Amino acid sequence: MTDTESKALQPKEKSEAATPAEQTRPGLVFTPAVDIFETEKDITLLADMPGVKADDLNIDLRESVLSLDGDVKAPEGAGEADVIREYRTGKYYRQFTLSQVIDQSKIDAELKDGVLRLKLPKVEAATPRKIVVNS
Amino acid sequence: MLLRRTTRWPTWNWTGPFDELDRMRRQMDLLSQGLSRGLWQEPAAGVFPLINVTEDKGNYYVRAELPGFKGDDLDISVTGDTLSIAGERKISPENEKATYHRREREAGRFSRIINLPGQLDTGKVEADCKDGILTVTLPKSEAAKPKQIAVKAS
Repeated sequence: MTDTESKALQPKEKSEAATPAEQTRPGLVFTPAVDIFETEKDITLLADMPGVKADDLNIDLRESVLSLDGDVKAPEGAGEADVIREYRTGKYYRQFTLSQVIDQSKIDAELKDGVLRLKLPKVEAATPRKIVVNS
Repeated sequence: MLLRRTTRWPTWNWTGPFDELDRMRRQMDLLSQGLSRGLWQEPAAGVFPLINVTEDKGNYYVRAELPGFKGDDLDISVTGDTLSIAGERKISPENEKATYHRREREAGRFSRIINLPGQLDTGKVEADCKDGILTVTLPKSEAAKPKQIAVKAS
């Protein structure tokens, strides 16, 4: 599935999100790139959110809707003037509707180097079981 | 309609006083769309990663968003007034039995050379990669720093 040889990374412009609700504070909102994959036992979500620290990240799961909300502070100091500006900074927001039922007490979230790894274990009843028919 | 036929005379070939304005408005809309889209349409150099360069009196700061990178994955070098950043992003393969629903993150190699407008003090360059943001602090060489010149009162 993964390439055996590395190809060159292409620059990708950050995609601005059309937020469903108006924000209370002004600023740009971006959609983070995510990888979502599912195994029998859980759903794992990996999101690229550079500039977000663990304290500024809000993960919310209610009624099967998962919301990721990461706040980014502008990294530039006060006295700095722009020479080249190729990307803008803003918070990250993305929402997903989960089709599976998740065991909320066992959710595991890890934010490292700007990558969020969110593991959502499925409720036990959802894991496939073979039912033996007695004759 | 009768009204229409009488307005076909050469002097009557506009359908209303706002016709010209309408046409102008449509053209201005097209023009302003072109402007607002074009400002942020493409990254300036078309090379990964996109960078922001800022400066203050003593330093240049080069920032890039590189999620998933640690210090060891990056190869940064400085010469004269040029900064070179290279590296490779590896995304570790997950469980073989996993089904992917979304695959948006990319892995691969990158290499970029950035020319800075002034000379640098290459001995004191510092780089810091935290939370996926790489910040390279490049102090300007003494000759490149702005100096206040006092005007002598005669």
